[in-house]
Amino acid sequence: MDDVQPKPLPEVNLPDLNQVGKPLRRVDALGKAVGATVYAADFTMPNMLHAKVLRSDRPHARIVRLDPSQAKALDGVACVLTGDDVKGAKLNTDLPGQTGREARSGSDAPVLALDTVRYVGEPIALVAAETLDLAEEALRLIDVEYEDLPAVFDPEEAMKPGAPILFEPDNVVSRYTIRKGDLDAGMAEADLVVESTFRMPFVEHAYLEPDAGVAWVDEQGVINIRVATQVVEHFRSIARALGVPQNRIRIRGTMVGGGFGSKEDITVEIFLAFLTRETGRPVKLVYTREEAFLATSKRHPFTITHRTGVKKDGRITASQIEMVADSGAYPYLTPYVLLYATGMATGPYKIDNVRIDSVAAATNQTFTSAFRGFGGPQAALGYEQQMDEIARALDLDPLEVRRANYMASGDTTCTGQEVSSAVWSEECATRVLAALGDRTPDSPTRRIGRGLANTFQSYGRIMWFHDTSRAWVGVELDGTVVIRCGVPDIGAGQSNSVCQIAAEILGVPLDRVTIYATDSAVTPLAGTSTATRQLYMSGNAVYSAASKIRARLARRAAEYIGVSEENILLENSRAIVTDDPSRFIELDALAKMCAAEGIELSHLAQFNAPFTDGLDPETGQGDIWPDFTFGAVAVEIAVDIETGQIDLLKCAASHDVGRAINPAAVQGQIAGGTHQGLGYALLEEFVLEEGRIRTPSLAEYMIPTIFDFPETDVIILESGTGVGPFGAKGIGEPALTPAAPAVANAVADALGIRIPELPFTPKRVLEAVVEAREKRTL
Amino acid sequence: MTERRPIRLIVNGRAHEVSLPPNTTLLTALRDLGCTDAKNGCEQGECGACAVLLDGEPMNSCMILAWQADGARITTNAGLGTLERPHPIQEAFADAGAIQCGFCTSGMVIATKALLDRNPDPTEAEIRDALSGNLCRCTGYGQIAAAVHLAAERLRNLPSWSASSASEDGQEPAFKKRVLASDDVTGEGGRS
Repeated sequence: MDDVQPKPLPEVNLPDLNQVGKPLRRVDALGKAVGATVYAADFTMPNMLHAKVLRSDRPHARIVRLDPSQAKALDGVACVLTGDDVKGAKLNTDLPGQTGREARSGSDAPVLALDTVRYVGEPIALVAAETLDLAEEALRLIDVEYEDLPAVFDPEEAMKPGAPILFEPDNVVSRYTIRKGDLDAGMAEADLVVESTFRMPFVEHAYLEPDAGVAWVDEQGVINIRVATQVVEHFRSIARALGVPQNRIRIRGTMVGGGFGSKEDITVEIFLAFLTRETGRPVKLVYTREEAFLATSKRHPFTITHRTGVKKDGRITASQIEMVADSGAYPYLTPYVLLYATGMATGPYKIDNVRIDSVAAATNQTFTSAFRGFGGPQAALGYEQQMDEIARALDLDPLEVRRANYMASGDTTCTGQEVSSAVWSEECATRVLAALGDRTPDSPTRRIGRGLANTFQSYGRIMWFHDTSRAWVGVELDGTVVIRCGVPDIGAGQSNSVCQIAAEILGVPLDRVTIYATDSAVTPLAGTSTATRQLYMSGNAVYSAASKIRARLARRAAEYIGVSEENILLENSRAIVTDDPSRFIELDALAKMCAAEGIELSHLAQFNAPFTDGLDPETGQGDIWPDFTFGAVAVEIAVDIETGQIDLLKCAASHDVGRAINPAAVQGQIAGGTHQGLGYALLEEFVLEEGRIRTPSLAEYMIPTIFDFPETDVIILESGTGVGPFGAKGIGEPALTPAAPAVANAVADALGIRIPELPFTPKRVLEAVVEAREKRTL
Repeated sequence: MTERRPIRLIVNGRAHEVSLPPNTTLLTALRDLGCTDAKNGCEQGECGACAVLLDGEPMNSCMILAWQADGARITTNAGLGTLERPHPIQEAFADAGAIQCGFCTSGMVIATKALLDRNPDPTEAEIRDALSGNLCRCTGYGQIAAAVHLAAERLRNLPSWSASSASEDGQEPAFKKRVLASDDVTGEGGRS
């Protein structure tokens, strides 16, 4: 993989635009820079109460007695709620937002445990009091008596006969089967079969902003909840849990201080809704850091086994994959995370004969759910480590093995879904390898390793969810632009992107656009800020709404100036005659003219993703996602064989983002996502022992500091072939996916043997050094 | 809990006289006073989101008791600049793409201010050293380091903003005195 030349790019003619494609200062940047942005925990209300949550300290137990009477009697305590008080309300955890599919029978998480707790951290009771100190004191006065039940902490153990059952009839939460081509024939054709097993740990999102919210009942009796969330559409689930109509719950999202999938599930808002309804007073709930670790989801641990049939030249003839995922105590989004991992299990490669069997099982551990990549990174840790194992078994260059198998546009994934956009896997891979430059020489105690990973990751939701987004765009009489769109901004630039799109289409500078976002009552619902979908979905909705207004403005301007509509260009807050810029009308004058004549200056647009019906239940064949983003990461590392310490020396990341709406924001997504992936490989492990957390703080759970890794060399490619506005593809999740497998491959390159389990801590590395010496690979 | 003591916190050029129990952290006191730009990310001194300048020195305000800050001059990020008149460091963070979710930003800006006050032309290594106590989960830090370089360059070229002449108490010239009764300080943190 040394001395690689970048593969020439296919010719692409992207139009030069005024706003889109420019690294402009994001619309949300200055407010955050000066500390003016107000986050969920910063709000207070008059007469406000403070809430705390009592949580289980047992992994699996029956609640024999739960007596809140002493807590209720404490002066200053306004209310204590238990499972009985919320009448067994459950969180509809299988799917946030927009559809109403039934969960696996009975396995939805209760808002408050009724008679059984299934993980350490499960909520049991809520307190609202005049002060936070009083609320904490009241928690200590709630008397809970448990009877411990047998518990299970491993998904494979959980599926064995006789294992403790979390939900009848068994612990299996979800299962997928993929059958493509003829596996046996493909294996028979192979010169060699390579088999490997890889394991990945629980990982914590470690967003900087602990979960927070404030709720109150307004003068209409509507429950308002101001909360840091990725999903304002949770008002539907909350209404169902409370037994009130959906139009009686209003979610007012805030700027989110990092989500990464964790704030996709309901967090504090459901507790706040019950407490404010019960007390009639505003209530605030802010998790401590430890509670944010204890009470929210984790990335799924996976064990992935690949059995791959290959020809001597590296071509794959058959791929058999088994996956086992840990769902934790409740399903939440596990069925869909498993589907993502399964549907992307064979990577960006053309493989005709595939058999995949994947399963997720419940254990008495912190529940697992969405985390940036949503199963895609685990799948990639499987297929990309396996590609290098194939290369090692065949004594081929890892890049050559990949070249022999890269899918091209028009080829199909393991579910038979045709990839219709550009596939620039090799373009990305050759660029990141070239970016590493000269190889650092080994020293007696430091072994240098290089690793490459090529990945693909979907953007947009599963198509049988029938995903939609809405946006309202309007031009004011002074020529400024307003967007109303319920898009939650979780820091990735979701709101800025749609502003840049509207600015481009309506021909105004970005600072002439204002967005109102994230309010389920007053901004048109835009769907979740998850699944790398907002640029694609809400970007297209804004594109559509702005284009409608643009057409009306152009028509009226053409009539006014006396040219045909096609000759009008909106630029610099003017409607200009394309071939004679001296003839124009200012946008504000045009807007006033339209207003006076009753020409609509606003438009509400809805964008619908493609709708499908789901996979074939027997073969798992069918289309899952709207499109994919392809990318690669290459790293160079140094392994200290005396201490086990790994130093990352160089890192390069390249993705085809279709079209970079804001290149500075894209760079931030790629650099930040890569960093998270590097942490996954080298630092981060959320350790549970018998269901109890051993890494409850940022001192024990190590996320990367500014010291840990060098800056990533970010190489942005633009094929212009995405299904987002201006040919954009999504980059939020795809940015993370290739980093960890690239590191894994570099470690294996340095040691000559593979450490099968992440993260590559000094202890694991030293054990591997001993093994490598025994095997004489080092 | 019952023992309260009147103390004087001079925050962003404004004096506040508050009566607080011994266990109230400076972070809680600041947030109760409405300085919510100091963020509570961990309350354990691990993340740096609550960093403020205490008599010019960067500190995690969650690790100091309010009593210890009695009489000290405290500067939070919001004390450095405003939307209308941002501090060049704040502007550099916005321009360099150093801000994603923004939750770490106030602490990062404070750490940068402390660095550039004593070292107007820091090396990359010095920048990384100065920001090593501030966690960011979004950016990968590259654009943050670039923002510090940009801020340093702009400050060196803008004498009026140079570190030596910039007030540690930010841009509020008026020294307003506001006396809070102890009972007023329950709204934000709600500590009794």
